[in-house]
Amino acid sequence: MNYFEVFEIPPALALDLKDLETRFYALSRKLHPDLRRNPAERAEAEEATAILNDAYRTLRDPIKRSEYLLKLEGFDIGEQTSKDVPPELLEEVFELNMAIEDADVQQLESARQKFEGMCGEIDDEMHRDFDRWDQTHNREALTAVRGLLNRRKYITNLIEKANVPDRV
Amino acid sequence: MFQIEFDNDTVVGIDLGTTNSLVAYMNLTRPEVIPGDDGDKLVPSIVSFMSNGEIVVGNKARQELIDHPDRTIYSVKRLMGRGIADVQDELKLFPFRIADDSESIIRVLLGDKTFTPPEISAFILRQLKQNAEQALGQPVTKAVITVPAYFNDAQRQATRDAGRIAGLDVLRLVNEPTAAALAYGLDKRQEGIIAVYDLGGGTFDISILKLHEGIFEVLATNGDTHLGGDDIDNRLLKIALEDLQSEWGEDLSHVGEAVQTLRLEIIRVKESLSFLPIAHIDFAWHGKQYHREVTRELFENLIKDIVDRTLGPCRSCMKDADVTPEQIDEVVLVGGSTRIPLVRSAVEVLFRAKPHTELNPDEVVALGAAVQAGILAGTVENQLLLDVTPLSLGIEIAGGVVSKIIHRNSTIPASASETFTTGVDGQTNVLIHVVQGEREMAKDCRSLLRFDLKDIAPMPAGMPRIDVRFLIDANGILNVTARDARTGKEQSIDVQPSYGLTLEQIEKICDEAIEHGEEDLLAAQAALARVDADGILLAVEKAKKNDAWLDLTDAERGQVDDAIRQLQTVYHTDDHQAIRDKIDVLNEATHKLAENMMNTAVGGALKGTKI
Repeated sequence: MNYFEVFEIPPALALDLKDLETRFYALSRKLHPDLRRNPAERAEAEEATAILNDAYRTLRDPIKRSEYLLKLEGFDIGEQTSKDVPPELLEEVFELNMAIEDADVQQLESARQKFEGMCGEIDDEMHRDFDRWDQTHNREALTAVRGLLNRRKYITNLIEKANVPDRV
Repeated sequence: MFQIEFDNDTVVGIDLGTTNSLVAYMNLTRPEVIPGDDGDKLVPSIVSFMSNGEIVVGNKARQELIDHPDRTIYSVKRLMGRGIADVQDELKLFPFRIADDSESIIRVLLGDKTFTPPEISAFILRQLKQNAEQALGQPVTKAVITVPAYFNDAQRQATRDAGRIAGLDVLRLVNEPTAAALAYGLDKRQEGIIAVYDLGGGTFDISILKLHEGIFEVLATNGDTHLGGDDIDNRLLKIALEDLQSEWGEDLSHVGEAVQTLRLEIIRVKESLSFLPIAHIDFAWHGKQYHREVTRELFENLIKDIVDRTLGPCRSCMKDADVTPEQIDEVVLVGGSTRIPLVRSAVEVLFRAKPHTELNPDEVVALGAAVQAGILAGTVENQLLLDVTPLSLGIEIAGGVVSKIIHRNSTIPASASETFTTGVDGQTNVLIHVVQGEREMAKDCRSLLRFDLKDIAPMPAGMPRIDVRFLIDANGILNVTARDARTGKEQSIDVQPSYGLTLEQIEKICDEAIEHGEEDLLAAQAALARVDADGILLAVEKAKKNDAWLDLTDAERGQVDDAIRQLQTVYHTDDHQAIRDKIDVLNEATHKLAENMMNTAVGGALKGTKI
């Protein structure tokens, strides 16, 4: 049983989170081990609830959800190799990395804002591809999502790097 | 046909605190704290071993703290689930006497005997159990015990061990702030986001919850298991000891009796300063007098950094819960230290809301534990707690790096599966190191356990595939199972906890307690074993109605029936070991059946769902 089946919804990249939450609460009330009196039933309920919780955690997050759906659809989203990433992006990342190394606090802050802007653009584009796949089930949309996820991962790594000084 | 006996006895809720412990139960529809025979609802978490061999707990032990500091211990919760290296800071400030043979588990020297922290906590639990039995007029064998939300796996296990040693079936460990929310939520708002700020004697927790029609969903939790009222006491104590050093030219910091007398006086002064602008330390020692005025201003300067240390976890928690201060509808204060005005104002500033203080901050956790006990017993309906794991779970991979498999703030029960293989041709075992924490290197995280995947059939490197399933249960405790992905066979694993007692050690402690004349423990253990026997017998009866039963061979079915008969034969004896042995036999015989059942049960339970 896949995570979408757990919630009795069709596989989709864009989900109504309020509806998902309502389903999660209803299923929790049905499955939770605390509501079972008998130890053996409780053990079964614990297994079922663990799966429910894992499913909710995955589906309510758009990134985890799309990675999960890509995997269901037969895409390999395991370890990335540089061949997955277009050369111009690698170049871009390399330059950004260099910029971070030499940057002072102010430059870091503006770098961080720039990366966050890029991340926002990726998210917008990704949501368009979400809708495209949900409506047409065109695999090209999934391929596009996969590329965007890779790109996003690079950018979020950079945001984390740019964030380091204010954490110390 | 074999009859299953269901126990109907009351499940109590226990707050096993650093400074005080309490027991509560559901009195019809309301939780109620049960006082001890001295009428006091708070049982100080102090244990003393008298020279005549008697063990006293609570207020009776308080006086012993001064008269016999070498036989008396307080704040033992600080040692639960910890190794000797973890508590070096504690040892500078607390008069714990640690025995030389402390390694993965600390042994505390009291008088001429040594005890592990779970054993000492068990004495407190036994006192609470006794108080409840006297008040309710019936045996109490089942309990919900609260733990700081930020407790790690080893600390939770140690708490559960303490319950077991005390002869209690610990139905659930509940996080303290979550319990407090339950106590508050019973007759309060039905919707909204609440923050629980819990500054106790030795630990600090912050939890943010979402309430929805009786469901209490914890969004995130954070904290510090090394921060509490004790630290505040130590600040004042340090000043007083320095004064004595300069005024009297005497270093009293290693004189147990003096330190304990002074500590009690300082706690009194600290408590006064919550109501008064000025208080006075008065201390007499061997004919000498020490007197010092303490203003609230001085006190607040002394403890400001301690209060500030709680704010970082609060901000992280809001970030993880993805809420802003404006979105938080209510703030609840828990723990005696939240009576301090400086703490209250810090919370008000941070959350921009006036905190709730209607319920007694000392009692609210125990009251909530009683509510959860009621939920588990079926007497409280429509309420459900969905809690989270406070720390990320990871495994050590190449280069000592941690690969996180279950992230912090995941709703529990939570699970993850990982596939492992061999790196060398013919390799027959794989050693796996499991850690808890947020840091990237395993050495900076908390080591939980190591396990060995053994008896792997020799094959070329990379060929074996062992699926390991990590399940963090509703208590926040990790369970590990493994199977060979190719054959589907259960893979044997040898789990070595990094800290704490092994199952054998707990059993040995229980056995020793019995030798020392505690027959009630023997009966309680048999009762516990019978509860487990009921569970498996019922499960097997149910399983027999499933198709999975018919899929077994005649011989396999015969084995199961034989194992059931064996268990029934010993069921009514007081020999808990025999009952447990036969449970194991039945477990073994029903292995295949249980596996088939589990697969269909999970699927079936979910498939039958209609929303």
